[in-house]
Amino acid sequence: MAEGVRARVKVPSSASAGESVVIKTLISHPMESGQRKDSEGNIIPRSIIHRFVCDFNGQNVIDVNMQPAISTNPYFEFEAKIPESGEMKFTWYDDDGSVYEESKSVSVG
Amino acid sequence: MKTTSLKTMICTAAMLTLGAGAAAGQTDEKLVINGETEIITEAPAPAHLEGALDTIYSGWEFRSPTTRAVQMDDFDNPGMIFVDKARQVWNTVDGTEGKSCASCHDDPADSMKGVRAVYPKWNEDAQEVRTLEMQINDCRTDRMGAEAWGYTDTGMTSMVALISLQSRGMPVDVAIDGPAQSTWEKGKELYYTRTGQLELSCANCHEDHYGDMIRADHLSQGQINGFPVYRLKNAKLNAVHSRFKGCVRDTRAETYKPGSPEFVALELYVASRGNGLDVEAPSVRN
Repeated sequence: MAEGVRARVKVPSSASAGESVVIKTLISHPMESGQRKDSEGNIIPRSIIHRFVCDFNGQNVIDVNMQPAISTNPYFEFEAKIPESGEMKFTWYDDDGSVYEESKSVSVG
Repeated sequence: MKTTSLKTMICTAAMLTLGAGAAAGQTDEKLVINGETEIITEAPAPAHLEGALDTIYSGWEFRSPTTRAVQMDDFDNPGMIFVDKARQVWNTVDGTEGKSCASCHDDPADSMKGVRAVYPKWNEDAQEVRTLEMQINDCRTDRMGAEAWGYTDTGMTSMVALISLQSRGMPVDVAIDGPAQSTWEKGKELYYTRTGQLELSCANCHEDHYGDMIRADHLSQGQINGFPVYRLKNAKLNAVHSRFKGCVRDTRAETYKPGSPEFVALELYVASRGNGLDVEAPSVRN
C-alpha cells in the first residue's frame, strides 16, 4: 500500500455557461515502476496509479490509462467545458486496489 | 597580417566581455507567486560585498522560462507536497514527552513568521551559530524527547521548508556582526578557498562567472534565499548543505559533512551575501 497519498485539485468555483475552464490535478504517489531493485537486489514490486478519471455531473470528461514510466506525483492539467452548475468528480485507481476520490462543485451564474 | 589578427582578437575579447556582462543569464521578468506575493529577486548587494558584486540576483533569475513558471503557482510547485507532509508532522506527537511541534509553537503561520529570514543565527545559550536544522533537532531531542533527524533527511528538509515558507516574501537579513562575526569570517574564508583537483573556490564560479554557461546550464550567484529547493533533476527537496556538498564534490574534493561546523559557517556567510533578497522557499530549480 502506497503511503502518504494525497489528492489535490484546483477547479474554479464559478464559471459562465459553456466556458472552458482550466483544471489542475495532482496526487502525491511514489509511482514505483516495478523495474527497480533494492539494496539486496530484489525487485521492488510495481505500485502505481493506473487510471485517472474525471466526470462532470456523471458525464465523462477525461479517462487516462497510466503506465509505469509516469514519474512520481502525477500531475494532469486539462480544460473542460462547463455547460451548467454541477459537481466535478475526480477518481484515481491504485494498483493495490485503493481508490482515491475528490470532488469540487462549480456554479454557473 | 599580424595587425589584422591582433585586431580580430581584441574585437573578440571585447565581445566576450560584453557577453559576460549583467544581461547574460538573468531575466527581466518579475517573480509573483500565486498572483499575489511579489518576490524581490534582484537587489543592491549588501555593504560587505563591496568590490565583489554590485547587484545580487536570486537563482530564479537564471532558470529557463518553464522552470521559472513552475514556481509562480503553489499548485504547480512540487515542493509544496513536501510542505503539506511536514504540516502533518508538525501536528503529530513524537517522543517521550508527548509533544508535537504544535504543542509549543502552535500555528507555524504565526510562530515561524520571519524565522527563516534571520537564520543561521547566534544562539546565546549554546554559544554557537545555529542553522534551522540544528534548532529543529534541538527541539526534538531536548523538548520532545524524540530521536534527532538526519541533517539532510527528507523529513528534516520538508520541515525546514514548512518553516521557511512562513517567511516567503520577507528579505533575508542574517546578522554578521556581534558574536556571529567569527563564524562569518570563517565562512568567508571557506568561500574564497580553492578546493579539490580542479582548484575551484565558490567565488571562481558564483562570483566571477555567474550568468555564464557551465556546460548546458547558466551559473547562478549561488544564493541560498530559495532553499530548501525542489530540484527537477532529483524530484525532491534539497537542503543547503546538500547543495554545498554537491558543489565541493564537483571540484573533486573530499567534502565536509552536512551539519559540520564548516558548512554551518559557510551557510551563514552565503546567506549574508543574499541579505536583501526575499526568502523564496520552497523554490524550484533544475
